[in-house]
Amino acid sequence: MIELKGLTKRFGKKPVVEDVSVTIEQGKITSFIGPNGAGKSTLLSMVSRLLDADTGEVLLDKNDVKKWKSSEFAKRVSILKQANYINVRLTIRELVAFGRYPYSNGRLTAEDEKFIDQAIEYMNLTEMQDKFLDELSGGQRQRAFIAMVIAQDTDYVLLDEPLNNLDMKHSVQIMKILRKLVDELGKTVVIVLHDINFASVYSDRIVALKNGKLVKNGPTHEIINSDALREIYDMDIPIQEQNGCRICVYFNSHT
Amino acid sequence: MRNNSTKLIFLAVLAIICILLYGFYDIKGGFDYAFPKRMMRVAAMVITGIAIAYSTVVFQTITHNRILTPSVMGLDSMYEVVQTLIYFFAGSMSIWVLNKYLNFGAAIIAMVLFALVLYRFLFRADKHPIYLLLLIGMILGTLLGSLVTFLQVLIDPVEYLNLQTRLFASFTNVNSDLLYIAIGILLLAFIYGYRIMGKLDVMSLGRENAINLGINYDRLVMNILILSSVLIATSTALVGPITFFGLIVANLSYQYLVTYRHSVLILGASLISIIALVGGQFLIEHVFELRTTLSVIINFIGGIYFIYLLLKESRSAG
Repeated sequence: MIELKGLTKRFGKKPVVEDVSVTIEQGKITSFIGPNGAGKSTLLSMVSRLLDADTGEVLLDKNDVKKWKSSEFAKRVSILKQANYINVRLTIRELVAFGRYPYSNGRLTAEDEKFIDQAIEYMNLTEMQDKFLDELSGGQRQRAFIAMVIAQDTDYVLLDEPLNNLDMKHSVQIMKILRKLVDELGKTVVIVLHDINFASVYSDRIVALKNGKLVKNGPTHEIINSDALREIYDMDIPIQEQNGCRICVYFNSHT
Repeated sequence: MRNNSTKLIFLAVLAIICILLYGFYDIKGGFDYAFPKRMMRVAAMVITGIAIAYSTVVFQTITHNRILTPSVMGLDSMYEVVQTLIYFFAGSMSIWVLNKYLNFGAAIIAMVLFALVLYRFLFRADKHPIYLLLLIGMILGTLLGSLVTFLQVLIDPVEYLNLQTRLFASFTNVNSDLLYIAIGILLLAFIYGYRIMGKLDVMSLGRENAINLGINYDRLVMNILILSSVLIATSTALVGPITFFGLIVANLSYQYLVTYRHSVLILGASLISIIALVGGQFLIEHVFELRTTLSVIINFIGGIYFIYLLLKESRSAG
């Protein structure tokens, strides 16, 4: 279980995240939503120890994240940030193999190879696994990085806007795969999302931030309604039901 | 992989040919006199080559760039500062110059401290530390360079001449007393390096991915900074500063051996260094008949290569 307790982070004097406490439920997809600059990515970075909190703490299984041994933590929690510029030339398979580093320390065993094969297949990259990353489209690259995180085989998978720069088809593919990770493999996924409708359709729980503060935290159906959304986004957002999915029709809302 | 091992064997054979040529070609005036002398120089060149190649490759990995080298952090200048201060205040007849171990120790300690202070001071703010580090390094390098020039203008002319021979790279005038310490340092560096090879590979994925994969990133960066400083100090003390050499060999290694594996990259860069230094010195002695020095040629070719890399980089970025 991951618990966030009173997390605050300031850049300069301005607090970017202020006193946020959330418990991440296991075996669910939790989405972080909110307007630009709400502190979603910063919060995710603190959970994954990419960034130290100024005050407050993050607990994984009741133990402070900072006290975990790096290599052990990497077997439990993985994080994928949005910008992944790499200046070495790697093939997809080589990149995915890095996901096994916490277990193998660079010397891959037969079991590691099995995980790598599975992860590559999971992301539909088997045919192109020997292509170099710089030969791929944005969507394929993104899938390769997600495959690396899958190969890492952690209980918790944290993703920072994984749908950025992806077209509709690939966005849906990736969200379906994340759903499968949770439903079939019992993982816990925490994801920062920009598109409210992806959050509505695919997540179990939603955590909404605004100006660095927690404004809503609950099951998806409690958050996706016009009242709650007005509080988060300062917009009137009508909601329509389509095949059991709640869709926010915000495109021509009054702002 | 097999392709790369063939390339490495090819480089190794070439390096051995260079060493044999340098050792045996046209030996005059007594084999027993000339051969050990030549081997001493070869040893110095091999050590220098490996130290520079190794430190540059790991430095470029932690800074995620392929253009800047440890000398950009002002490390070379720090060596010049230490030597100039010693000559200025103690003079060339003092124990700090005559005892070469003392001199070497002072230089190493100053350079490592310099790297650490820079690091500690800058890492209290945790935003883009590497870029800041490099920028400040460049400015400090200039500052230290100016300080050196200032002191050299004031110094006694005879002392200045003594100082100058120490500050110009030379393979014909190797500081041979330090050879054994240098070998020891290199061995220690390789024992440590063997343990972090895999981590270095992961580091090339960038800070965030490296932390995700369980690397204790900030501590590793600091250890590598120290390693880099010690290696550069060693090579500088042995033969003097050669600014652009690390840049050439590291980049040739990246281009020739297309891989992310540091074990391969560092071995390749080291072999290329040995070929360039020993082969180059052979040409200087037997073709150019000592009318120029190797460091002049290296800095000339390296400077051109540096401009080429800058242009290439700016084109691919734009």
